[in-house]
Amino acid sequence: MNQVSIVSRRTFVLGTGGLAAFLALPQVAAANEWQAAMMELVGTSEPAEGKIDLAMPEIAENGNVVPFDITVDSPMTDGDHVKAVHVLATGNPTPGVASYMMSPAMGEASVSSRMRLGKTQDVIAVAEMSDGSVYGVTTTVKVTIGGCGG
Amino acid sequence: MAAKPRVKAPKKAEAGEIVTIKTLVRHHMETGQRKDKDGNKIPRDIIHTFVCTVNGKEALRSKWEGAVSANPYLAFPLKIMETSEVVFSWTDDQGETVSTTKTITVA
Repeated sequence: MNQVSIVSRRTFVLGTGGLAAFLALPQVAAANEWQAAMMELVGTSEPAEGKIDLAMPEIAENGNVVPFDITVDSPMTDGDHVKAVHVLATGNPTPGVASYMMSPAMGEASVSSRMRLGKTQDVIAVAEMSDGSVYGVTTTVKVTIGGCGG
Repeated sequence: MAAKPRVKAPKKAEAGEIVTIKTLVRHHMETGQRKDKDGNKIPRDIIHTFVCTVNGKEALRSKWEGAVSANPYLAFPLKIMETSEVVFSWTDDQGETVSTTKTITVA
């Protein structure tokens, strides 16, 4: 109980919720966690470069609301389209952010939304194409105030 | 769960036109990571699934985690081939679903 209250006070001071506990983990374990998450989603942790673009601010003042735009170069026809796009935040307590299962009915492969980032970190977007190929892109976002609670 | 979701979609489109849909729904998206002032974990309560169908056929399905910001915003394109009834629905951890429908007319 005492232990719990110490953690929660530190958490409160940092204003970053579960992030305090996460910071205590070695960096290697964190890297494995998002790589494991990507393996589970797309069957590889090393996607090819190109085709997918992830636009995010370089510096996010408020980690609670970080906008992102994802665009994949695809004709979005029945024979050649994006099946799914997954977004991973490598430095969050859990790496998964969102998955988008797309269809040719979209006409273009793009989505825009907003995510929480606990601290400065790399964000990864991966696209699964209808032919089974996988493309990925990484971008670094500097976070001034973390957004994982607090 | 939530107040009425807001969806911005054009009322009319040309056949084959790609239109942009913007959606916003009110939800606190409680991550399950936070603790209350007594140190107890606040249970997760997020919208985990968003689905958009066009004339009954699924166009986009999205699975969300706690890292999606509160009051989730999502914008995406749709290629409108014919007059379409577009249904948007959000489902949260409480099992509640809210839906809204827009009609896009092709003249």
